[in-house]
Amino acid sequence: MLRKKLIAGAAVALALGAAAGTASAGPTLDAIKQRGTLVCGVHTGLTGFSAPDKAGKYAGLDVDYCKALAAAILGSEDKVKYVPLTAQQRFTALQSGEVDILSRNTTWNSKRDTTMGSVFAGTWFYDGQAFVVNTKKNAKVKKLADLNKAAICVETGTTTERNLADYARANKLTFKPVVFEGQEATEKAFQSGRCDAYTTDASGIAAMLVNLPSKADYTVLPDIISKEPLGPMLRRNDQEFFAIARWTIFALQQAEESGVTKANVAQMKKDSKDPTIQRLTGATGEVGKGLGLDADWAVRAIAAVGNYGEIYDRNIKPLGLSRGPNALWNKGGLMYPVPMD
Amino acid sequence: MWASERFRNLVAQVALVLLIVAIGGYAAHNLVHNLESRSITIGFSYLWHEAGFDISEKLLAYDPTNSYGRAFVVGLLNTLFVSAVAIIAASILGLAIGVARLSPNWLLARLASGYIESVRNVPLILQLLLWYGVITDVLPPAADALRFGPVYLSQRGASLPWPEPHGAWSAALLGLVAAFVATLWWWRRARRIQMQRGRAPAVVWPGLLFFVAFPALGWALLGAPTGLSTPVLGGFDFEGGKNVSPEFMALFLGLSIYTAAFIAEIVRGGILAVPKGQTEASEAIGLSRGQRLRLVILPQALRVIIPPLTSQYLNLTKNSSLAVAIGYPDLVSVSNTTLNQTGQAIEAIALMMAVYLTLSLAISGLMNWYNHRVKLVER
Repeated sequence: MLRKKLIAGAAVALALGAAAGTASAGPTLDAIKQRGTLVCGVHTGLTGFSAPDKAGKYAGLDVDYCKALAAAILGSEDKVKYVPLTAQQRFTALQSGEVDILSRNTTWNSKRDTTMGSVFAGTWFYDGQAFVVNTKKNAKVKKLADLNKAAICVETGTTTERNLADYARANKLTFKPVVFEGQEATEKAFQSGRCDAYTTDASGIAAMLVNLPSKADYTVLPDIISKEPLGPMLRRNDQEFFAIARWTIFALQQAEESGVTKANVAQMKKDSKDPTIQRLTGATGEVGKGLGLDADWAVRAIAAVGNYGEIYDRNIKPLGLSRGPNALWNKGGLMYPVPMD
Repeated sequence: MWASERFRNLVAQVALVLLIVAIGGYAAHNLVHNLESRSITIGFSYLWHEAGFDISEKLLAYDPTNSYGRAFVVGLLNTLFVSAVAIIAASILGLAIGVARLSPNWLLARLASGYIESVRNVPLILQLLLWYGVITDVLPPAADALRFGPVYLSQRGASLPWPEPHGAWSAALLGLVAAFVATLWWWRRARRIQMQRGRAPAVVWPGLLFFVAFPALGWALLGAPTGLSTPVLGGFDFEGGKNVSPEFMALFLGLSIYTAAFIAEIVRGGILAVPKGQTEASEAIGLSRGQRLRLVILPQALRVIIPPLTSQYLNLTKNSSLAVAIGYPDLVSVSNTTLNQTGQAIEAIALMMAVYLTLSLAISGLMNWYNHRVKLVER
């Protein structure tokens, strides 16, 4: 019921809140600077993306993006306030201004990019919807078509529900979706045997399995039924903040491409003669100025969390997921940082 | 004119209404303005768009190509259905336990009060999760289902034989409605005869006859189909027959057991509220035990019972929205999916609130009407 309250509260805020805040040119950036903290909407607990570590601090791929952004804008990776959100709450939290940015494994699609008052900064992780089955109980299931007539656990508030129905329709299969609110409830129902399969993004399945003692009983089916480009989502009509959010992604990926790491970034700025690195680190050019930041913005971001490859290896590699489409374009992947000039 | 108190009161009330309308109007205007400035689409046109998601339990034909509006109705019917059956079960159970708590039998009375105290004081959401856990964690998988005659019980719910779909079954259902109307008519006729001649014709037996004969007639007239679909274990689950899902079972059990505890207390209070003299007086004029309860005690107890009972029915209906925690596709669950796919949060929430408000007003209207009928007529 808390959820309902949050959404209802946000509705009231939208109704009664003064409209003045939305009038100025870069409201989010101004607010972040004035506040001195970046408010980042993250997942409530998804290993590898956003989950509390042993010290009780949020860690993960999505969290590292928030840190990089805070380092670029505010000068310190610690100036972030994390707001854990369910799939359900996330859009309202963003729309109502409760968070500055949503870095919460959110799929980029046309609706979320147009009519919902929001826009995506880019792709931070390429994912796809997969299925996991307890093969100890259902040894015969080898591929998705074998799941015809099976009960499938799904979390509400995601693109997953629709993908599942689309796939069933296109392939003349019948699935019985059992829809839960929240990822933990969905996973628990699947593990109890209520459903024959559980479907979510491949990374989510990997994150569930890595924490499961009976991991060996489960098999991820080879079928990937959707494209899920996950990325940071922010409010529309906020060009300044949008540019920083987008170029933070490119900067971290460019750093990997150019071999700039957390350890050597300061050195690189001083010594490198490579024009690309010089522009990235702000030794030459005016990238930072164009973004409304100083020249060292990218250096701070890289020094805080490392380049994209380092971030990936730290957070996603332990889940047992290979780079795949998340490798750089020149290594057979899809990550293609746009040139800095 | 200003000296008149009535006039001043009128002015004050008109001013208050205007103020409320103005605040509401301001809020609505601001909402539309804010949403537009954030380029969030507003309006209810999404209800006509293709929903694209499936719903596992439906009382109405539905598939993913249907509209969000139809999905909403499917969710609404699920809410209504589970609320209706849980209200009936909770009323019967509550009445039995309430009477049991007043029983002179010590053990029965203690058991009843133990039930009431333990069930009433544990939050409903925990009870729902408990029932759901019992069904999905404790019951065996479908392959090793417990068998009770033709009924199989497993972590996939209950599977039971069910008649093959046939027009005759709709006719039988219609016969049931006809039997209800006929019984009502017979009962009123019996009352009239009693007023005229002092002796009432039997009501129970003809009523039972109607309820058996009319549906049977409808069924027989349209071909008397006997085809029965029985559950057979398929690859994953039982196929054929009728499946009662674990989500529905848990929600039904949780809602009816929880609300029954409150109803039991209301019933007990109602019975205790009837003065003892009434029992003694009815004994004195020679009424039997059953007549005493039916003609003297219950009519008077009902006056006390109905208002709090109404609010329990309302609570139960609203509590059914906790279904979302255990995956039953009720109104809230379907609306949540809609809300997330369309992003129309305010519209979806407003629609849900409107539905629950309407439901609550309808239930309390019905109960008020009934209360009016049973209230003491002072002569």
